[in-house]
Amino acid sequence: MSLAVDIATADLVPAGLVADTSDRLGRRSRGWSGWVTGLTPAADLTITWTEMERRLLEMGFVEGARVEILQEGPIGRDPIAVRVDDLTVALRRRDADVILVAEA
Amino acid sequence: MNGPAAPEIALVGCPNSGKTSLFNALTGSRQKVANYAGVTVERKEGSFVTPSGRPVKILDLPGTYSLRGRSPDEIVTRDVVLGRLAGEEIPDAVVCVADATNLRLVLRLVMELKAVGRPMVLALNMMDVVERQGGRIDVERLSQELGIPVVSTVAIKKGGTAALLSAIDTLPLHEDPPTEHGWREPSAAEIRAAHAEAARILHECAFHPGNEHLTRKLDAVLLHPVFGIVILLAVLFLMFQAVFSWAAPAMDLIKATIEWTGVEVGGVLPDGLLKSLVVDGIFAGVGAVLVFLPQIVILFFFIILLEDFGYMARAAFLMDRLMAGTGLHGRAFIPLLSSFACAIPGIMAARVIENRRDRIATIMVAPLMTCSARLPVYTLIIAAFIPDRRVLGGFGLQGLVMFGLFAAGIVSALAVAFVMKKLIWREAPEPFIMELPDYKMPAPANVALGLWIRAGAFLRKAGTVILALMILIWFLSTFPAPPEGATGPAIDWSIAGRIGHFLAPVFEPIGFNWQIVVALIPGMAAREVAVGVLGTVYALSATGDEVGRALQPVLAAAWSLPTALSFLVWYVFAPQCVSTLAVVRRETNSRFWPAVMFAYQFALAYVAAFATFHIAGALLR
Repeated sequence: MSLAVDIATADLVPAGLVADTSDRLGRRSRGWSGWVTGLTPAADLTITWTEMERRLLEMGFVEGARVEILQEGPIGRDPIAVRVDDLTVALRRRDADVILVAEA
Repeated sequence: MNGPAAPEIALVGCPNSGKTSLFNALTGSRQKVANYAGVTVERKEGSFVTPSGRPVKILDLPGTYSLRGRSPDEIVTRDVVLGRLAGEEIPDAVVCVADATNLRLVLRLVMELKAVGRPMVLALNMMDVVERQGGRIDVERLSQELGIPVVSTVAIKKGGTAALLSAIDTLPLHEDPPTEHGWREPSAAEIRAAHAEAARILHECAFHPGNEHLTRKLDAVLLHPVFGIVILLAVLFLMFQAVFSWAAPAMDLIKATIEWTGVEVGGVLPDGLLKSLVVDGIFAGVGAVLVFLPQIVILFFFIILLEDFGYMARAAFLMDRLMAGTGLHGRAFIPLLSSFACAIPGIMAARVIENRRDRIATIMVAPLMTCSARLPVYTLIIAAFIPDRRVLGGFGLQGLVMFGLFAAGIVSALAVAFVMKKLIWREAPEPFIMELPDYKMPAPANVALGLWIRAGAFLRKAGTVILALMILIWFLSTFPAPPEGATGPAIDWSIAGRIGHFLAPVFEPIGFNWQIVVALIPGMAAREVAVGVLGTVYALSATGDEVGRALQPVLAAAWSLPTALSFLVWYVFAPQCVSTLAVVRRETNSRFWPAVMFAYQFALAYVAAFATFHIAGALLR
C-alpha cells in the first residue's frame, strides 16, 4: 500500500489547484522534524517522475523515514540539509517539494 | 605465469564508504590509473596477493547507491558488474564495501548485487568507529540474513584487511561466468520493499547509537549562512595563498634545475640543430610546464584533504544556489578555483562532478580563469604601458589593471556558462540530491598515495603529449633556417614566421603587427613563452628574466597603447594553450568539445580585442 499519488490522476490536476503545500518537505524551515508520508509528482521535473521517485527512494526518502531539516543554504535558504534516518542529504527545495511529510 | 590468469575482483560500494581507502590498503602503490575504453571514467586497477599466495587483480569501481546507472560513472559500475562493458571481463567476484556506521542504503545495494549472481563478500569498513561509538554489529547474523560472507575491515589500520583477504581466499574464483544474470532495474515498489527488508535486517543485526553528534555540531558552524561562508572564503584564501606563495620556492628550484641542466647539456652538445632541439625545444618547453608541478601537488593536497574530511560536499552545498544561477553545479566551484593556478588541474578536478553535462560546462569555462602562465605576459605589458601612478584615492593604476584582467576572466566565465545554459542545454538543471557524509579524519597514508598518483599522471602527460607538442612548435619556429648572410631574427624565416606574416592581415583589425602574430604561435605551447619570443623577434640577445626588463622600452616605442591594451584583452580570452585543449580532448573523450572551446575562445578574444583596440583608439585621438 503506497501513499504516493497515482501519476495518471496527478497529471489531471492543474498546478494552480494544488494550493495547500504545507505537507511538502520543501516548504519546511530549519529545525522542523517529522516523517515522510509519500512522494508526489511535480509538473516541471527535468527527469521523468519514475526516475525522480527512485532516486529519492534510493537516498532513503521512503514512507515512514524520519526527517529533520538541519541546515539551510545561505541564499534564499536553499538548498536544505536533511537528516533522513541515519544519513544527511542535501537537496534543493524545488526537488524536496515532491516529498510529502507530516509533523512528528 | 602458467595456469589461468589472475582472477579479477570488482570493488563496489556507495559513495563515501571508504572504498578507495580499502582499495589503497589492499594494493598499496600497485595501482594503474587509466580510462575505460570509450568513456571518460577513471579506471583504477590494482593487484595484491592473498594469504594463500594467490595473485588477484582488483578493480575500484565508481561509487553508486544502485546498479541502475544514472551518471556515466555509475553506468560503468553497472556494466562492469554485469559483464557488459566492451573490453572488460566479467569480474570473478564482487567485494561490496559498506560504511559500517551507515548500513541502511548499502544493504539495498547488496540485494541488487546478489541478484547478479557472482561470488560475493560484504566488507564492513570502519568497524573501529562503530565500536568506539558504542555500537555493535552481529556479523554472523548479518551474514546469515544476507546469505553471503560478511567481514569487518579497518582500511586505515595496518592489518585491517586480514579478514577480507582470507575471505577472498575462500571464494570460488574461476567459476565459469553464468550466461545470464538475475539483475534487472528495480521498480519504485521494489526499492520500497528492499528498504523495508534492509530496515528489518538492521533491526535484527545492528545496534548503532548514532554518530551524528560531532557532524551535527560541525555543520551548525560550517554550513551556517554567515560563518559557513566566512570559513569557506578563509579556506579558499589559504588554498590560494598556498598555491601561489608556498609553491614559489619549489618552482624556482625546479626552474633553476632545469635551466642549469639545459645549459650543462647544451655545453656538452656541439652547436647546431641537436643543441637547439634539446635546449630550446625540450628543456625550455617542457620545463615551462614542469614548473607547475609544485602548484599541482599543493592544489591536490588541499582537494584530497577536503574531500576525505567531507568538506567538499559542504562547499558544494554553500555555493550551489550561486552557481545554479549561471547554470553551473555547486561542485563546479573547486575546479574553477583550481584553474587560477592552471586550467589543466582545474579541468582534471572537474571529475568530482558526476553529471556529464554539468562537468562539460565547467570544463568549457575553466580556461577563462586567469592562470598563472598569463602573469608574465600581463606583467610585461602593464609595466611597459600603464603608468605607475595612484588613482581613485591611493590605488595603484597598474594593480587595478591587473585586478581588472582577473575580474574580466571570472565575469566572462560565468557569462559563458550562462549563455551555454540558455543556448545549448536550455532545460532546468538536473535535480541536486547529494549525500553530506559524516566528517572523518583524513588518513595521511591515503592522502600521500592520492598525491603520488596525481603527480605521476601529470608527469606522464608532460613526458608524452606536452613533450611532443613542444618539439612540434620548436620545429615550426626553427625550420627552414635563414639563408647565409640573412639579416633579421631567424624566426622570421621559419615556418612559424611565415605563418605569422600570412596571418598578420587577420589580426590587423585588432591592432596586432606581424611580430605579435609570430609570438602567438610558439605561445600556443605555453602562454608565457610569448614573452621570450617577443624578445627574439625584436632581436634582443637577453635571456630569462632580462628579456622582460629589456623588452619594456622596446615595446613601449614599437606598440601604440591601443595595441597593448588589445594584446592584454586577447590574452584574457584567447585559446592560447595547446596543453589545455589536449587535456579537454582527453577528459571529454571527444574532439567536438575542444573544437567548441577553441572556437568560442577565439571568437570572444577577437571581438573583445577588436572592441578594445578601436574604443581605445577613438578615446585617445
